[in-house]
Amino acid sequence: MSLSLPEASNFAVPIDRMFNAMLVLCGGVTLGVFVVMFWFCIKYRRGSDANREGRHSTKMGLELSWMLIPFLLFVGIFAWSINLWTLLRRPPAGAMPVYIVAKQWMWKVQHVNGRREIDTLTVPLGVPVRLIMTSQDVIHSFYIPDFRVKQDVVPGRYTALWFVATRLGNFPLFCSEYCGTDHAAMTGTVKVVSREDYQKWLKASTALPPAEQGRQLFVQFGCSGCHDPGSGIRAPVLRGVYGSTVTLADGVTVTADDRYLHDAIVLPATQVVAGYAPIMPTYQSRIDEEDVLLLMAYIKSLGPQASPAQTGVTHAQR
Amino acid sequence: MNAAVTSADAESMGSGYLVEGGRTLWSWLSTRDHKRIGILYAVAITTFFFMGGVAATLIRLNLIYPDGRMLSAETYNKTFTFHGVVMVWFFLIPSIPATLGNFLLPLMIGARDMAFPRLNLFSWYLYMVGGLFTVAALLLGGVDTGWTFYTPYSTMFSNSNVILVVVGVFVVGFSSILTGLNLIVTTHMMRAPGMHWYRLPLFVWAMYATSVVMMLATPVLAMTLSLIGLERLAGVGIFDPALGGDPILFQHFFWFYSHPAVYIMILPAMGVVSELICNGVHRKIFGYKFMAWSMLSIAFIGFLVWGHHMFVAGQSMYAGIVFSILSFVVAVPSAIKVFNWLTTLHKGTIDFHAPMIYALGFIGLFTLGGMTGLFLAAVALDVNLTDTYFVVAHFHYIMVGGSVMAYLGGIHYWWPKVTGRMYSETIARIAAVLMFVGFNLTFFPQYILGYEGMPRRYHQYLPQFQDLNILSSIGACVLAISYLMPLFYLGHSLFRGEAAGPNPWQATGLEWTTSSPPPEHNFHETPVVTHGPYEYCD
Amino acid sequence: MNASVPDAAVQQQFDDAPQQKDAAVLGMWAFIATEVLFFGVLFAAYVVCRFRFPLAFVAGSARLDFPMGTAETAILLTSGCLSAIALRQIQLDKARQSAVLLLVTALLGIAFLVLHGMEYHDEFKEGLIPGIRYLENGPGAHEMELFFSLYYVTTGFHSLHVLIGVVLLLIMAARTWRGTFGAHYHTPIEITGLYWSLVDIVWIFAYPAFYLVGGAG
Ligand code: HEA
Ligand code: HEA
Ligand code: HEC
Ligand code: CUA
Ligand SMILES: [Cu+2]
Repeated sequence: MSLSLPEASNFAVPIDRMFNAMLVLCGGVTLGVFVVMFWFCIKYRRGSDANREGRHSTKMGLELSWMLIPFLLFVGIFAWSINLWTLLRRPPAGAMPVYIVAKQWMWKVQHVNGRREIDTLTVPLGVPVRLIMTSQDVIHSFYIPDFRVKQDVVPGRYTALWFVATRLGNFPLFCSEYCGTDHAAMTGTVKVVSREDYQKWLKASTALPPAEQGRQLFVQFGCSGCHDPGSGIRAPVLRGVYGSTVTLADGVTVTADDRYLHDAIVLPATQVVAGYAPIMPTYQSRIDEEDVLLLMAYIKSLGPQASPAQTGVTHAQR
Repeated sequence: MNAAVTSADAESMGSGYLVEGGRTLWSWLSTRDHKRIGILYAVAITTFFFMGGVAATLIRLNLIYPDGRMLSAETYNKTFTFHGVVMVWFFLIPSIPATLGNFLLPLMIGARDMAFPRLNLFSWYLYMVGGLFTVAALLLGGVDTGWTFYTPYSTMFSNSNVILVVVGVFVVGFSSILTGLNLIVTTHMMRAPGMHWYRLPLFVWAMYATSVVMMLATPVLAMTLSLIGLERLAGVGIFDPALGGDPILFQHFFWFYSHPAVYIMILPAMGVVSELICNGVHRKIFGYKFMAWSMLSIAFIGFLVWGHHMFVAGQSMYAGIVFSILSFVVAVPSAIKVFNWLTTLHKGTIDFHAPMIYALGFIGLFTLGGMTGLFLAAVALDVNLTDTYFVVAHFHYIMVGGSVMAYLGGIHYWWPKVTGRMYSETIARIAAVLMFVGFNLTFFPQYILGYEGMPRRYHQYLPQFQDLNILSSIGACVLAISYLMPLFYLGHSLFRGEAAGPNPWQATGLEWTTSSPPPEHNFHETPVVTHGPYEYCD
Repeated sequence: MNASVPDAAVQQQFDDAPQQKDAAVLGMWAFIATEVLFFGVLFAAYVVCRFRFPLAFVAGSARLDFPMGTAETAILLTSGCLSAIALRQIQLDKARQSAVLLLVTALLGIAFLVLHGMEYHDEFKEGLIPGIRYLENGPGAHEMELFFSLYYVTTGFHSLHVLIGVVLLLIMAARTWRGTFGAHYHTPIEITGLYWSLVDIVWIFAYPAFYLVGGAG
């Protein structure tokens, strides 16, 4: 049963298949329960002459069988769903990143080359897309029913979602986590276009690449005053930091991933790099999440390590 | 039926505990009699149910049109929040334990009262104070956080009366903790001679399992809500990402309480239904020990599955896997119960009195609701279904189709015991059937809506969802009528009903051995128990 | 009914005094289980936050008054011990001694509250109280604020429990002095003692969690 719901992503078909199987299994059992109930009710109604000899008040075999049979069925369903679940959670290495910042009550989208949209998400057909999402304020949830994907968007951390669009067209996008007054109006459209159209559409933008925008912000916010190699202040040079292993002042080592960079900018005192004084000011209320993303893009572009952003572009151009 | 009315009962007819403790309002408000406290609760809970029901009516009216033209977005959000908060904490959680449990548990185990009668009355006052706070919040403009109070919305963004409601729920939480404590101690300490554990009616087992959950889960809610309040007042920041806190931590705490809380709502219903089925079928329950232990295992495993509400909230993939399998495990004892009830019907002598109709309705709707719980527990499917109307339908099937049906069934079944009077069976049966029909009409379309992707807590929606929403709203009207009916015929029976006699249903169980209504201290002499609870002999 | 018990002490719903006593004790244990989960939330939050911000927690802990905290611990443990002896004495029918011990226990509880109040006062002067007067600034101030939030919520709720315990102890002391209790009947003293141990135990977890972060204190 797909009812009227289009199957527009790589997940739609396997998820529907599992849903239908569940429908058959659970629907069958439920129907069975109803049928048995009616049958017994009619047969053993008061006044009927059904045979009531030899009734039992307990039977170990029966109890065990209806304990074990459902349990085994459950294990089967579980295995099937876990299989799909890991698929949902493991994006292929080359997936094209798109950054999303949710805000009461809109979706802000930023593509690899810096092109932005609001409340629409344009994606190419047949290309794995990975959404990297965060929220400026409260929790939202990014939901595309026709793709069968959904992921909460949480302030203070990055969550991700991936899919391959398999059908051209426009599909509704909903915010499905309650986020305040206009929660129901926080909707949008996902536009699936062909790869060529997508490339054309990207190029039509005059926006600077995110790393370049980030570089400007880096100067504008005064980061360069400390972090530029030539500055007089003792602060780590940021070249190559993304993806590297950083030792913190308390001896813990962490990998400098997206969340690390985010927190290093927004809540710097949470992770002080070993050997430095915790003098970096917090930019909590001064930089919004979109700018943090741009700064991160810049920092990533500094590194010798290949950043996923670049991989994404190559993938999309292929 | 009232051929059995003996002279002793004629004497206590229209008297019993109802007048023995005094007739004044104060004699009720200061009573320590568990039966009177049960009635105090019943009155208060019914009031809250209809308040929640009015909110539900507004929700359904608003959703007739896709543009939600009746209520503003803000009002709509406040309406479903009020609906959820009232229905969960002020109606369903106390419904069976505090009314029927209070009234019946001492009777069923042959005790003169609860172990701590004063504490019992105190719990009722706590409940009322909590209710006052919540209603005050409504009058002062309402709260728009949803019943789940997710942070940081509830702490930093919502400018509504969150604190008042949080205090209200905190207070009512202590009321339910104290009720649970009282029920546990009473069951342990006050059983009549010969009433050993495996002679307890299943209703008592259900109360016991419920009370354990109440006592161990509710304090977590209380503290979590305190933190919300403190965060709003003092900017404590434990759940606020802007201050370094973690909003997901709040969800862990909230669901650590609220998942077990759903078993606070269903276990008592399972207990009631077991009693109704045995009486309707006139035979012993099938698999008594399995029935008792399955309830305890539901209560226990129920503490381990809270993460299934957070599959897409940002917890790790592995957490999702663990919580998924545990959610399936908790369904196994539910399966045991359904199949045992069905088998109890086998070779019985079935009467279709109104309580029995409610009980059968419960089995069907609980199964349907539970089955859809399995869809949600399968993580990969939950990704698509979570926070849609599929979830709304799932929990209304269990809570309204299941627990509320059982509660009403129980009210009908023990009505003659509580009041000493019979109600009109014919009308009661019509209402029960109407309820079943109206219920399915209201909530079945919501499964389809949810599958098609209509998110919950939406004040307006895409036009393609309108047909099913209209169907659902029509169903809600039918449902409303069927809920209003008992108010009238039960009310009528209070004054005009025939005398019931001690045991109108030819039931077993100690509560039926004393007069209806029972005397102030329950039994004229302490009963001595010599056999199990369901010794029907026809 | 048990002959040695004045009938008035057994409420109508119970058959005899032992049943009444067992019910009260079981009730108290059940209540303690509830309380453990109540505080459990705070300790769980503590673990999560400390794991995220180990440095801020060390820094915050260093700002607490370690000697004072240690003195409070000693006081509370002593009082717990005395309340146990008080129970022992009443079981031996030494009501006067028991009353005095209960009084001393209560006084120690008050001493604990006073010391804690002094601590709060100092912290107020230093500006370490989030939401009321928090003057810390600069890097790490935010994260340390979390530490202090947890510290105040936990010790605040704990002190509330101490206060309730003190009131109970004073009532028990007075009633014992007047001879209400004896070897035959002393359930209220027993459950007050149980409650007081809960207060102790919560503190035994709170003390290292807040005062001993990072080893030295
Ligand atoms: C009384 C209330 C109650 C009860 C008893 C249950 C019972 C169950 N619930 Fe439900 N649930 C809620 C109330 C309840 N729930 C509420 C209120 C919410 C939403 C909260 C919110 O977000 O606002 C919710 C949400 C909810 C979710 C999260 C959905 C989401 O938001 O994404 C999940 C996911 O796993 C879930 C699962 C289950 C399961 C597996 C059971 C199981 O216990 C059900 C077990 C029963 C059966 C399975 C039926 C009988 C069994 C058989 C006849 C066996 C034979 C079967 C086979 C062989 C297949 N529930
Ligand atoms: C015990 C719990 C309980 C009960 C009994 C009900 C009963 C009902 N519920 Fe509720 N519901 C919840 C618990 C419950 N609900 C919860 C927890 C939520 C989630 C809230 C959240 O998201 O935060 C929810 C959410 C919820 C929604 C989703 C809102 C949204 O997400 O946008 C809807 C929509 O249809 C709904 C409908 C109904 C209906 C039609 C009934 C009917 O069964 C009610 C029928 C009763 C009556 C109708 C009352 C009697 C009639 C009258 C008083 C008539 C007089 C009225 C007038 C003249 C106006 N409920
Ligand atoms: C006052 C000087 C100063 C300014 C201004 C400053 N920083 Fe820093 N920054 C530091 C110091 C010192 C450290 C190392 C100690 C620490 O981790 O807090 C650091 C660490 C970092 C790190 C972690 C580096 C690593 O090796 O792990 C990042 C990323 C960073 N800063 C980014 C920025 C950005 C982006 C800005 C501007 C928005 C900024 N900083 C502004 C001084 C500064
Ligand atoms: Cu954003 Cu709901
Ligand atoms: Cu749950």
